[in-house]
Amino acid sequence: MARIIVLLKDIVDLTEMKVDPETRQPVTEGVKRRISEVDKRALETAIKLKESGEGEVIALSMGGSGTRTALLAALAMGADAAYIINDEALAGVDALATSKVLKAAVEKIGDYDLIIGGEMTLDSLSAQVIPRLAELLDLPQVTYVKEIELGEGALRAVRDLEDVDEVVEVELPAVVAVVREVNEPRIPSLMNIMKAKRKPTEEWDARAVGLSAEEVKASSSVEVLKIEAPKVDRKRIVIEANTVEEAAAQLAEVIVSEGVLER
Amino acid sequence: MSAMARNALAFSEDRGLLIQLLGKGKELADSLGGELNVLLVGSKVSDPGELAQYGSKKTLVAEGPGFEDFSVEAYKAAFLKAVEASDPGIILIGATRRGKELAARVAAALDTGCMTECLSLEVDEEGNLVGERLTYAGSTIATEVSRRAPHIATVPTRAFETPEPGEGVGEIVKLDVSIPEPRVKIVERREKAKGDVDLEGAPIIVSAGRGFKAEEDLKLLKELAEVLGAKVGCSRPISADLGWMEDWIGISGRKVSPKFYLACGISGTIQHVAGIRDSQIIVSINEDANANINEISDYSLVGDLYAVLPALVKALKEKVE
Repeated sequence: MARIIVLLKDIVDLTEMKVDPETRQPVTEGVKRRISEVDKRALETAIKLKESGEGEVIALSMGGSGTRTALLAALAMGADAAYIINDEALAGVDALATSKVLKAAVEKIGDYDLIIGGEMTLDSLSAQVIPRLAELLDLPQVTYVKEIELGEGALRAVRDLEDVDEVVEVELPAVVAVVREVNEPRIPSLMNIMKAKRKPTEEWDARAVGLSAEEVKASSSVEVLKIEAPKVDRKRIVIEANTVEEAAAQLAEVIVSEGVLER
Repeated sequence: MSAMARNALAFSEDRGLLIQLLGKGKELADSLGGELNVLLVGSKVSDPGELAQYGSKKTLVAEGPGFEDFSVEAYKAAFLKAVEASDPGIILIGATRRGKELAARVAAALDTGCMTECLSLEVDEEGNLVGERLTYAGSTIATEVSRRAPHIATVPTRAFETPEPGEGVGEIVKLDVSIPEPRVKIVERREKAKGDVDLEGAPIIVSAGRGFKAEEDLKLLKELAEVLGAKVGCSRPISADLGWMEDWIGISGRKVSPKFYLACGISGTIQHVAGIRDSQIIVSINEDANANINEISDYSLVGDLYAVLPALVKALKEKVE
């Protein structure tokens, strides 16, 4: 029986996030939050592993006030329980501090065989938390996983690297990061959505996992100074014509006048 | 680790990328008033003397059979030795997939921060490292500062230029690394079919998206590519989901910056746009007048690609003649 901890992060829904045309800063206030896409696939991986044998899937997230609602989706998909570290004093900390908090939480949950998460969350794109957690827990890491199976006390996985697919084996416990290509996450049934609300969910602050929020915050060393959308400086000319031939001729003219054919 | 560490240390298992890191690393070491050093790891390290001509003072070499595979724990052990031997204030690591996982693990071991895939890097007045990097799936650029040395940054390919070799003289220092027993065992390697290696440097790219209904229809685009002398790319679903092409263009795939980019039947997700943003001219052919790709295009042609592409090929052939 495998006990699997899945690391999930709720982020703003990127399809709904807008950029302020004046400041070019992303507007995240009031935008719906969802579990980051690759994390969701890590959860799907964990649920599939559970279904192929026996086991338990525990969702763990460091988040904020909206995280509990976002994690209902995880419980509806098939996670058995959810733990959330929600401490205002930890807002804005970097990947180093985040992994220290997650390490403490993982140790409090205890008795796990596998920790699994996404290659990276789509908001920060940092791809650091999984290997950092492996280092802090002194566990082997298997990153960029696109296929995985569990055996007796061990796992076998295919890593998707630039030049090769690498098939690896490692004894448990281990820390795994999956890539987007690993699977398509399921869409939970209405019944499972209803059931999700009755599954155990617990919220912890830093102290509950044995940490001082001040100390953790002080250890955070990378700070975001600003975030801006790049200037889009495009002509935005729409080619309009009565027939396809005319439109194509106009586009051909553009291609010639932009010097594309010169070399 | 001294608080005033002024040296820079560069590592990448990709030699081409490593040389780009050396160009930037020299500049950063100069602004700190220190020297640039480089780490090479492998079962047999080739041509370590070459790197001095890119400004590297010490070439630290970790060599031995235990480094034949890129085992992150073995490479981390080598890295920590190199840090001990060269006292870096700044560490640059090539942002390959292996490089990124190594960087995060080394950063955790050194209890310091790391900035992933930096597109620009500079030292501020306080001697901290400031980097720009993509966030929110590539739709925004974040400026971040690392406030504790050693500052670690990973750097993607082509973020910085390849420096010209000079006359530098350096020394080669062998590192004595005790390699931990690998816990992750590699049981098989399946070589991947190589995608178009020249995509990043191509001046003209035409690219296919979900507007193509069948693999064989890509020939319409290939005919256009032939007339234009263009490379052919695609969006993520065409490659990752349908497997019609090896690589896709986008934040998680190849990032291109051609003179002319034609997006054909591509809706323009933020992930795709992040991979083509540096193109000089972007043209879209799409059936949907409201497709996001039109927002970031210089020219948009709203129409059925199955009719437009043959007509465009015909019109261009007439122009060429």
